[in-house]
Amino acid sequence: MNQQMNSPEHIEYVTRIGDNALILGQRMSEWCGHAPVLEEDMALANMSLDLIGQARMLLAHAGKLEGKGRDEDQLAFLRTELNYRNLTLCELPNQDFARTMVRNFLFASFQVLLWERLLTSSDSELAAIAAKSLKEARYHAQHAGDWVIRLGDGTVESHARAQAALDYLWPYTAEFFVTTPADDAVAAAAIGPAWSELEAAWEALVLPVLVEATLTVPARTPFKSFGKFGRHSEHLGHLLSEMQYLQRTYPGAQW
Amino acid sequence: MYTQALDIPQQNPEAKGPRVVENPAYQAEFDAKVDAGGYIEAKDWMPESYRKTLIRQISQHAHSEIVGMLPEGNWITRAPTLKRKAILIAKVQDEGGHGLYLYAAAETLGVSRDELIEALHSGKAKYSSIFNYPTLTWADIGVIGWLVDGAAIMNQIPLCKCSYGPYARAMVRVCKEESFHQRQGYDLLLTMMKGTQEQRDMVQDAVNRWWWPSIMMFGPHDKDSVHSTQSARWGIKRISNDDLRQKFVDATVEQAKVLGVTMPDPELKWNAERGHHDFGAIDWDEFWNVVNGHGQGNVDRLAARVKAWEDGAWVRAAALEYARKQAAREHQAA
Repeated sequence: MNQQMNSPEHIEYVTRIGDNALILGQRMSEWCGHAPVLEEDMALANMSLDLIGQARMLLAHAGKLEGKGRDEDQLAFLRTELNYRNLTLCELPNQDFARTMVRNFLFASFQVLLWERLLTSSDSELAAIAAKSLKEARYHAQHAGDWVIRLGDGTVESHARAQAALDYLWPYTAEFFVTTPADDAVAAAAIGPAWSELEAAWEALVLPVLVEATLTVPARTPFKSFGKFGRHSEHLGHLLSEMQYLQRTYPGAQW
Repeated sequence: MYTQALDIPQQNPEAKGPRVVENPAYQAEFDAKVDAGGYIEAKDWMPESYRKTLIRQISQHAHSEIVGMLPEGNWITRAPTLKRKAILIAKVQDEGGHGLYLYAAAETLGVSRDELIEALHSGKAKYSSIFNYPTLTWADIGVIGWLVDGAAIMNQIPLCKCSYGPYARAMVRVCKEESFHQRQGYDLLLTMMKGTQEQRDMVQDAVNRWWWPSIMMFGPHDKDSVHSTQSARWGIKRISNDDLRQKFVDATVEQAKVLGVTMPDPELKWNAERGHHDFGAIDWDEFWNVVNGHGQGNVDRLAARVKAWEDGAWVRAAALEYARKQAAREHQAA
């Protein structure tokens, strides 16, 4: 691998995609055994498994690119809060089934577009991960999109909950498309798109479903979140203290 | 799996379920089939008491799978590596899948999943008391795989040949997955036993807590078991509680040696004359206390199930309402 492929921007870009999968996979696993119906326990566990699987491939790859001997677990469990690069949206608490499904829909739709572009990445490992993950993301977007429509166009209560979820989550989606310095370098090296390039396509995927769900799309506000720059919400610290507990308590132990 | 089927109420519940009229000719045909080791299918005539016994047993089994998701689910968010996290999520998901096949097998006998779940939540139906015990450390996840799933496999393998076809077929798949879980649990423990002293102590402590409850999973001694004789006659139970328990103890003692842990039973020793291990007396008072739900573990587990069900009521209602609207729209368009 040449010098260009091992740039810090490249490592950060792969880590960011891996962290999205890791943190949302962790959130989704919280549902296991507590879903509204047994079929959803299975589906949410399955999506969590897909995301954890993606995180493993991406973090292992980021560790190799970095070349300091850190493996997937060292990256997943032994970084400090400010070094995670996931979108803030992924770390927000599940709250209820409406927020969980609206979030999955907004995020998986974004992931579909990102994986499509990464199929032709100049980083062949990343392209291979994209090929596997794209199928999963399409399922996730389909599954969550079906639920968004069902909840939005269901009962008065489910509509109110779906609308509240959308109102709460929508401001965090602006962060998807904010360009970082890493994005420019990565795009220049044909490793992957600057995420700002995906905005129009994302809206084209997401808006028709929200309309079918009879939901009102909120106006953009000045609110900005900065998870992908390492500035997170208060929620991430709690998620990490739970997730990292065994690795932190027994340093160096094998499991 | 991405299924989304919901239990939509039957249009005509009377049309479902087997004939219930008692009839000597049917009875003789049924007995001959069971005696010959054949399978009874959903549409075949069966005695009402056979049907009720199966509904009780299959639904208890399904409830156990669903409640059993909770003690292990307790460690998903704290699993120590991504590989172990993935294995544990997949395992708990398999248990949900077992619950689904088993509820479906019970539904072939003319009850609905909603009725069965209602019986669980009201405390009318039982589930395996083993799941009332808490999972205190990560080693519990390995020990549950090794001992609890190991005991479950011993109990369940004979059910793959039980006389009721839909139950037998569900159990074939369940047993395959359970034996995979047992190996994964044992592998987790082997890794911990090769680790630090703290990790080995954690494993031994978990074995100390789970050994007796696992032994009790085989149920009361044969002489005290109320359901066993009739169930054996019907081909629902093919090997006795005590025989299965002995088989489990004999197999497990050897695995414990390889692992390097001891069982918390000073009377456990090889008896050359019997060709089996002897073991100490079981504390049945504790067993019946746990089975009858006299414990806070039972309160917490049921409360978690009821909460999930009640919190999800609006979601199920929304799905039904959306399906109704869609049907009306299609009707209007046609």
